[in-house]
Amino acid sequence: MATTVRETIKEIIRKHLLEGKGKCFGQCLTAVGWVGGTLPELYEEDGMVELSMADVAGGGIVVGAALESRPIYTVRYQGFLWYNAISIVNYAAKSKELWGRPCTLLLRGIAMEGGIGPVAGSSHHSLLHRMPGIKIISPMTPKEYQFAYDSYMSEDDPYYISEHRKSYDNTDEFENVIHSEADFTIFPISITRFEMKKVKQLAEESNLKVNIIHQVWIKPFVINSIWKTALESLKFGGLVTDDDYVEGVASSMANELSLAASKRVWTMGLEPRTAGFHPSVDNLPPSAEKIVDKLKCIKYS
Amino acid sequence: MEEYRLNVFKKASFCRHFENEVYRNIQNKNIKFPAYLSAGQEFISASIATILEDTKPAIFIQHRGHSVYLSFGGDPVQLIDELLGRKTGCAGGMGGSASIQSVEKNIFGHDGLMGSQVPIAVGYCYQTKRPTVVFMGDASAEEDFVLGALGWASTKQLPILFVVEDNNLSILTPKNVRRNWGMDEVAKAFKMRGFNSSDNPLEIDHFVKRAFANSLAPMLINVNTTRKYWHAGAGTDGDSFDRYEEELKELQAYDIDLENKKIVSKLWQQQLEKQ
Repeated sequence: MATTVRETIKEIIRKHLLEGKGKCFGQCLTAVGWVGGTLPELYEEDGMVELSMADVAGGGIVVGAALESRPIYTVRYQGFLWYNAISIVNYAAKSKELWGRPCTLLLRGIAMEGGIGPVAGSSHHSLLHRMPGIKIISPMTPKEYQFAYDSYMSEDDPYYISEHRKSYDNTDEFENVIHSEADFTIFPISITRFEMKKVKQLAEESNLKVNIIHQVWIKPFVINSIWKTALESLKFGGLVTDDDYVEGVASSMANELSLAASKRVWTMGLEPRTAGFHPSVDNLPPSAEKIVDKLKCIKYS
Repeated sequence: MEEYRLNVFKKASFCRHFENEVYRNIQNKNIKFPAYLSAGQEFISASIATILEDTKPAIFIQHRGHSVYLSFGGDPVQLIDELLGRKTGCAGGMGGSASIQSVEKNIFGHDGLMGSQVPIAVGYCYQTKRPTVVFMGDASAEEDFVLGALGWASTKQLPILFVVEDNNLSILTPKNVRRNWGMDEVAKAFKMRGFNSSDNPLEIDHFVKRAFANSLAPMLINVNTTRKYWHAGAGTDGDSFDRYEEELKELQAYDIDLENKKIVSKLWQQQLEKQ
């Protein structure tokens, strides 16, 4: 049976603790389900460290541990980063530049959508994106997650892994789709990447030729020559899709892409409003239908 | 105890004259950013550094930390260079007055967020199990995440000493306007040893000499002191009690005072001439 993202994370953390003698910090780690099944059933003597419910203090405690080790910090909902990320972005991310002391930690934040209200829903990677000194990556496949962890272990920067619960059952890898002459290029981030198969199908039914270039790295965001060429040869332009609000990572990426290729690049993400709990007031990432509608709208406007 | 008091005074005297030089260099604009002077509070760090000389703890500080840095052996020349914004400074010219450090002496810099050093020190102590001392002011102590960190340190029975340098002021707002509780009481509520002390070196010694006696137990000492100069920059809030003058007279340590004044003055002069 193919390995899921969930099993990949679990195995990485198991090895990090038992073979690497590392630590994994967080709140309610041993709760029912062990954080979506992504944690091995280990305890403090193995390196699985339960913090108190004092979120801000907890983030600082992990930063302190990171001055002498490479801890993993699991934050169960990305929205909780409003509390937990303070010392990570203001201390850990600055420590190497300010004092020459690397403060290397891996922060896991988990997104989910649907009936979860104004704080806990969606991705919040834009919250950390503006700060220098931290790397942000959003793996949605087993190989991508392993790559993210290996990169972290080979460097001395703090990493933020922007996860999404809906990726945990995934066993597949994504492949980019690049045509010689296309109408649009989509740069999907996080959970919006799973919509791309349907986007491709719907676009073809609407006589739209669409490139799809999957985004794993959020920061640093490096535009390679293939993407640039793919953008430059477009009839219309690019589109960045995200499950965070667009006033952040998506807009920043769109701006970079637009400057690099002199093509207009649009954005789609959460709507600019607060999510409620009931389905009628929820705020979900753009669906395949909405994405293709947007492309058609651009084409015919 | 006489020897202890003299050793403390030597450190405190060095710190006092260092801060007086900083004061002058703010006035004559050699220092071009906000500096937070620790004059008036130097007997806290001088006493604790003397008491814990053999323990060699890890130190976490925040702004108004020049005396802590110097008392625990931080290089004064590197601190001067830091205050002059040079790459040879203890934080590479990036830390200014508030974010100083010493890698050699295991003194960790502060990021500027009030009280952030407390949870960070707790995490460091948890990871390393090394004796750790973290300094904070009476205002930082009010940060909610400081309280959360105290609680976790107690739960994990960490070998950490929390030192509150209580000058009764947050910029100019006195403590009794901000709260009706003491940090020693908070410590006790968190089931750790908590003490309230003056900045008399003998009183500090009475409490701190047992800080790491039981290596697996946190302790907090709230030390009441007096800030000699403004919150930031060169100026005074008015005449107030000065522990330095008291100790100088009681110990008749005028020779130490004079010697340190000369040493510090020379160090500053040498570094300024390099500009």
